[in-house]
Amino acid sequence: MTTYLIRRIFWMVPVLLLVALITFTMMHQAPGGPWDRDPSRRQVDSSTQEALNKKFGLDKPLFINLEGGNPLDSQFFTYVGNAIQGDLGPSYRQRGRMVQDVLFEPPKGKAIWDSRFGYSMRLGLLALVMAAFLGIPLGILAALKRNTLFDYSALFMSTIGISVPSFVLAIFLIILLAGRLNILKIIQRDWSNPAAWMVPAVVLGFGTFAYITRLTRNSMLEVMGQDYIRTARAKGLGGRVIITRHMLRNALIPVMTIMGPALAGLITGSFIIETMFGFPGSGREYVTAIGNRDYSMIMGTTLIYALLIVLANLTVDIMYGFLDPRIKVK
Amino acid sequence: MTTSAQTKSQQVQPKPGEPAVATPDVADALSRPARSLWRDAWSRLLHNKAAVAGAIVILFFMFVAIFAPVLAPHNPLELNSGKGFLPPMWVERSSTGKAGVPEFILGTDNLGRDVLSRVIYGARVSMVVGFIPTIIIVFIGVSMGLVAGYWGGATDNLLMRLTDIVYAFPDLLFFIIVMTALRATALGQFLNGLFLLFVALALVNWVGVARLVRGQVLTLKERDFVLASQAVGASHFRIMVRHILPNSLSVIIVAMAFLIPGAIITEAILGYLGLGLRPSTDPADIFITSWGSMLLEGQTAINNQPWILLAPAISVALVVLSFNFLGDGLRDALDPRLRE
Repeated sequence: MTTYLIRRIFWMVPVLLLVALITFTMMHQAPGGPWDRDPSRRQVDSSTQEALNKKFGLDKPLFINLEGGNPLDSQFFTYVGNAIQGDLGPSYRQRGRMVQDVLFEPPKGKAIWDSRFGYSMRLGLLALVMAAFLGIPLGILAALKRNTLFDYSALFMSTIGISVPSFVLAIFLIILLAGRLNILKIIQRDWSNPAAWMVPAVVLGFGTFAYITRLTRNSMLEVMGQDYIRTARAKGLGGRVIITRHMLRNALIPVMTIMGPALAGLITGSFIIETMFGFPGSGREYVTAIGNRDYSMIMGTTLIYALLIVLANLTVDIMYGFLDPRIKVK
Repeated sequence: MTTSAQTKSQQVQPKPGEPAVATPDVADALSRPARSLWRDAWSRLLHNKAAVAGAIVILFFMFVAIFAPVLAPHNPLELNSGKGFLPPMWVERSSTGKAGVPEFILGTDNLGRDVLSRVIYGARVSMVVGFIPTIIIVFIGVSMGLVAGYWGGATDNLLMRLTDIVYAFPDLLFFIIVMTALRATALGQFLNGLFLLFVALALVNWVGVARLVRGQVLTLKERDFVLASQAVGASHFRIMVRHILPNSLSVIIVAMAFLIPGAIITEAILGYLGLGLRPSTDPADIFITSWGSMLLEGQTAINNQPWILLAPAISVALVVLSFNFLGDGLRDALDPRLRE
């Protein structure tokens, strides 16, 4: 187990490096650069652009420095070197701020969860908590009432939830709540009010809720058919004890293991929802950065998201090892 | 649902106590015309109401896509000045004080273009984006999966490492950056930008199929029928294509049914971000607008004319839901053991 873990963790390094390389290459392929247009200022003239490029090292070769000296003195390797030390570079558009500050630094006097990333994290967590607290009981009930109307409705709803993409759901809700009923502002500006979070969180979490419902139901059905459940019945245990001690404990293993990746998916996948609702999270920051060619912001967000996904996938394997001793990880 | 498979094996079962050898005429009397596994699956699929409904909706949208020029009541590019933001025909007074007219069933957009005609033309993009990349993905994925699973070694290692990288990359982030980066190149302008989208979708999704097929091959190649073909001297190529591939076909078909809606959703999201199809003003183009692009255009008209948003949103939801129903149905039909 330990050697497996060490190998997995070491393998994360080249994976992240390649993600960085692909993003870096693509980003520099995109026409234009960070100084091209800045609505808040006047157009940047060419001598200023040169000075800015020099200041931020954008005049260096992209990958390999062939002009003598250190071949690794290039934009890419300088970035990677700094990123390893936790320095994601200065944002090119939000002057004077470092990328890690934009993402993780809260406004003055606020706590870490008021940072851009904190906002996305909280939205993802809220969505996951709602999905789990509604999805798990619904899945259990559907399995216990198998082949009844209740079961069929739960299944039907979960198929819809899994299929209908969240941004389509968002459009329906925005038109209904903002266009028709005037309950919601189309572009929300004040996110200090918890009620404002509900709509984006519901939209974001609906697919996960549907998935958890289906997974719980199927997992329960599988456990219910096992011999040890028959044994428990045969020795005269009551229904409640069987359900809680024997069924749930085993049926919830797959559900628990997907929690990590589900949260990672909700955080990294929320940028379209964030953009639609004007939610001030790190996902919306990414979309803005792409339009602005804010190279360091694009790299920083992509790498943090990739790290999140890799770690989430790693936790699945570890959790399986802990929750289900029958599985031996090699 | 396993009954049809059981009756098949029970066809010539003797009564208890009798010898298991049937005389020819008894066997004839007991046997039905042979039914292939595919035919069994087909009849199971036809009994699944949700899957049939899904298939009908998909066929309907394919029909709409192909015959868009005939079906669209207006030219989707025709600007009707003074008739912008008309509400749908059943609305008597919209928030802008206009009344719907039967001429424009779902109303018009800001430039006075007919929303219904644009949705009809948008179906073309979604259908093409659903099917073409999926065919490419399956072709590459299946070949790589077969080779990796059958030969193992370096190909297999490479495949698994590639999968690790693709799985680590947040896929929408990848699509966004690729579409932004290569949009201005010749590749990005081919087919109004659709070709680039095909390539991006294929790059991300083929590994999933390859891994799936690889898993299938790993179990299938240990089976006796493979050993038997090896014994009679079949070539590796023949074993792969004639014996292993047909046995993994059901898994591949089901995977396809779920790849298609994924691609349609991706196009809609990218279109909404302004990174999908380049909206065209040339009437000679086959692909004029997409549902994703309509969502982007309609964004500012939530109060004035919500149908610019609603019509493509409902269409996306309907198509994606239908493919999911069909996919579920196919999975149950092709492998009853997997039935949930």
